Amino acid sequence: MSATRVAVLRFPGTLDYESAARAVEGVGGEPVYAHHEDTALPEGTGAVVIPGGFSYGDHLRPGALASRTPIMSAVRAHAADGGKVLGICNGFQILCESGLLPGVLRPNASLSFICRQADLQVADSGTPWTGGRDEGEVLSIPFKHHDGAWFGDPGEARVVLRYAGENPNGSIDKVAGISNLGGNVMGLMPHPEEAQEPLLGSVDGRVLFAALLS
Amino acid sequence: MSDAAKDDVPLHRTLGLTDAEAARIVALMGREPTDPELVMFSLMWSEHCSYKHSKPLLSGFPTTGPRVVMGPGENAGAVDVGDGLAIVFKVESHNHPSAVEPFQGAATGVGGIVRDIIAVGAKPIALLDSLRFGTLDSARSRFLFRRAVEGIGHYGNCIGIPNVGGEVQFDERYEDSCLVNAMCVGVVPQDRILSCAARGVGNRLVLIGNRTGRDGIGGASVLASAELGDDDADKRPSVQVGDPFTERKLMDLCLAMSEAGLLVALQDLGAAGLTSAASEMASRGGVGLSIDLDRVPLREEGMAPGEVLVSESQERMLAIVEPAQMDAVVAMARRHELDATDIGEVTDTGELEALWRGEEVVRIPSLYLTDDVPFCEVPRDPAPTPEAIDLSSVPEPDDLGRAWLDLTADPNVASKRWVFEQYDQLVGANTMRRPGGDAGVVRIPGTDRAIAVTLDCAEWLTELSPYDGGMASVLEAARNVACTGAVPIAATDCLNYANPEKGSTGWRLAESIRGMADALTAIGAPIVSGNVSLYNESPRGPIYPTPVVGVVGLLDDASTSIGTAFARHDDAILLIGYGEPRVDASRYLGRCAGSPPPPDPDADAALYRLLATCARERLLASAHDISEGGLAVALAESAIAGGIGAGVAVSAGRRADEAMFGEGGGRVIASCHPAQVAAVSALAGDGVHVTQIGAVGGDDVVIDAGGSVARVPLRDLAQVWEGSVPAALEAQ
Repeated sequence: MSATRVAVLRFPGTLDYESAARAVEGVGGEPVYAHHEDTALPEGTGAVVIPGGFSYGDHLRPGALASRTPIMSAVRAHAADGGKVLGICNGFQILCESGLLPGVLRPNASLSFICRQADLQVADSGTPWTGGRDEGEVLSIPFKHHDGAWFGDPGEARVVLRYAGENPNGSIDKVAGISNLGGNVMGLMPHPEEAQEPLLGSVDGRVLFAALLS
Repeated sequence: MSDAAKDDVPLHRTLGLTDAEAARIVALMGREPTDPELVMFSLMWSEHCSYKHSKPLLSGFPTTGPRVVMGPGENAGAVDVGDGLAIVFKVESHNHPSAVEPFQGAATGVGGIVRDIIAVGAKPIALLDSLRFGTLDSARSRFLFRRAVEGIGHYGNCIGIPNVGGEVQFDERYEDSCLVNAMCVGVVPQDRILSCAARGVGNRLVLIGNRTGRDGIGGASVLASAELGDDDADKRPSVQVGDPFTERKLMDLCLAMSEAGLLVALQDLGAAGLTSAASEMASRGGVGLSIDLDRVPLREEGMAPGEVLVSESQERMLAIVEPAQMDAVVAMARRHELDATDIGEVTDTGELEALWRGEEVVRIPSLYLTDDVPFCEVPRDPAPTPEAIDLSSVPEPDDLGRAWLDLTADPNVASKRWVFEQYDQLVGANTMRRPGGDAGVVRIPGTDRAIAVTLDCAEWLTELSPYDGGMASVLEAARNVACTGAVPIAATDCLNYANPEKGSTGWRLAESIRGMADALTAIGAPIVSGNVSLYNESPRGPIYPTPVVGVVGLLDDASTSIGTAFARHDDAILLIGYGEPRVDASRYLGRCAGSPPPPDPDADAALYRLLATCARERLLASAHDISEGGLAVALAESAIAGGIGAGVAVSAGRRADEAMFGEGGGRVIASCHPAQVAAVSALAGDGVHVTQIGAVGGDDVVIDAGGSVARVPLRDLAQVWEGSVPAALEAQ
């Protein structure tokens, strides 16, 4: 059986496409880049990753311009068919701006950019995104953002990951990552593609990429 | 100044040229220069562009070695790191713009140094910053510090280059003249290194990136080559405005064009804009360049030709392209949503020509601009030799533990987490050792190798004894790199000094360069790039002479890198190195005074070899340079980083507080499994000593100095170390 094709989206200003593609490869998937002006996902796409960065320089609002590009129509159709979508950081912001996930990402309570390793607590073990980890188990994954405070109604989503300990950005209910009610679309502010190797300090991000292939 | 008064002053003087320089221009040209030509001379002959005061001194630096692929003179230097790859790096100042408008000044400083790396065809993989501001009890210094850090984060985060280290210092000497130095490191296949030398008569001159506006006009001469005064607000229009989103597109485009083999030469537009870029390219290639100014895409109407020639609008590059490749270049630029415009061609005249509305407004042999600068000999009036501190004049603390906490809380010593948490340290997923340790460690993408990088400077010692200070600046940076297990292989420098024509600044400049050169030679790390920033001086006085040194080290096996954190209970703690601690010029003394013993670069080099061997053989669990705050602060930092206490016993030397908090020599605190102590000790020699002084463990950090004991709970040390910079910023 051939590896699952995972489309890694690239908008102008997307930064983490290479590390996201490496993470896809690391769990046995086949990464393929898709660009903002593409009207369809690459042939045979099984799952989609929207990596982090500053698409369109965060002009207007983070994620706002990217959410209105042709490729996002294709992603919406993919998600409507139950296909998996993982949005990381700016990818999470794009998913919220696209309406694929509820809520918005507001500026951090500190009003400053924060880069820090974080402990994330599994808040819902029922989605595929945490690889069968029990509720309360902790993943060590770094986050780095200026606009990462999720604001919305937790009842409209499934809260998959919460910041353990202190709330670093003022998000509602310490939300670090949510999925849609169907569980196939996941967005999180922390960066699992930077927690893939012992050499870089943590491998806890692998479960989120492995979930793309399940 | 009224317009009438302005009319009485010759143009050359308002542009910052002396009467003698103006006369020299007429003599060289054999005629009166046109206004645009005079503007170009004024910028190219400014200190910032020409290094007219410093260049004669810089020739003492070692610039060659087996690893040097490209030395000083290009946009950045390059060294061989194996696998056919080169590491490219340079540090540069953006001091004066940051003092006038800290956010944009610091942001565009990052943008400028990144373009230097891109111009060599390299992909940027790391950023570092060396920052100096006034003390945090000053509202203005807090403002400058906050905004400069925000500016660096704004730009660096958005272009996607991890910020992996640097240094921050606070001293009243930097109150009016803050220092913002940024370093960028890139990687490039050696066979794809680009030069800035224009070649091939008939090849096209192509301007890539942003449109040209009026921003930053005269930045090099108005801002960077004169002292700052009270009317600095008027200079704000001379500060450029950065757009990191465009820079990222520009970076991707230039690297894609280089990969596709579309470029003959590449040069970034920095100080003095098109003038500087074009004259460098022409001079270096021994050719001429003809520019049609009407083809330069402009951001605003009504710009004069001189303004187009010297605008410092950001995010622009200048390329030489073969005519047959022009279509491909334009098409590729369009895909990246950027302009690439044919604005002229390579000629065989050796002259820089510019046409405006069909008329020739500039015709200058490019060498006049780049090589015929009137160099100045700086005066070398030595300062008096300082006397050593009489230890009996330094009050001995009743409570050594209290003194330890107070020293740890000094914002110069305390954690700079408040700064580096505002930077993306991780983008690219290659950062192995993050900021906060001795040096940042970044894997070379696609390999099992890593580089260790740091920026450091010993400005107090450079003020007191410039030769020793220059040497110590090199050795401290190299020692930081060596503590990660890496072998220091090359260096870059940013020489920040006051007005070289005043006082002993010229002497300090010359002496510290001599000290740096001797240290670099001794440790085998040549200088491959550098930058000079003079006139960091205000009516209230000069800055300290601040030779910031960036050192790059290489780890052949990334997985062998060492961090600063204590790892396990019962690990042995080792003191490795040479020299005795002294209060002279120490942070504990709290002022720039005294006469510390001179550094010993040969012993430092032996120390680096020992650390590299230990890393290769995986003997050490941690290693940390003893610098500001002495043994006590280094011990505390390793304990805080590991979240585990420690206890050591050392000789009191002259006095217990000096043993704990004194600085000097080349000393490292390391830890290892007790079974490895003998193996590490066996590597001692060449003037380097290895002494087991204690063990890791417990909830306290304890130093016994000849029977005088300081014992502080780890959590108390951690609290002041982590909390003091944020508290200093929030107190007022």
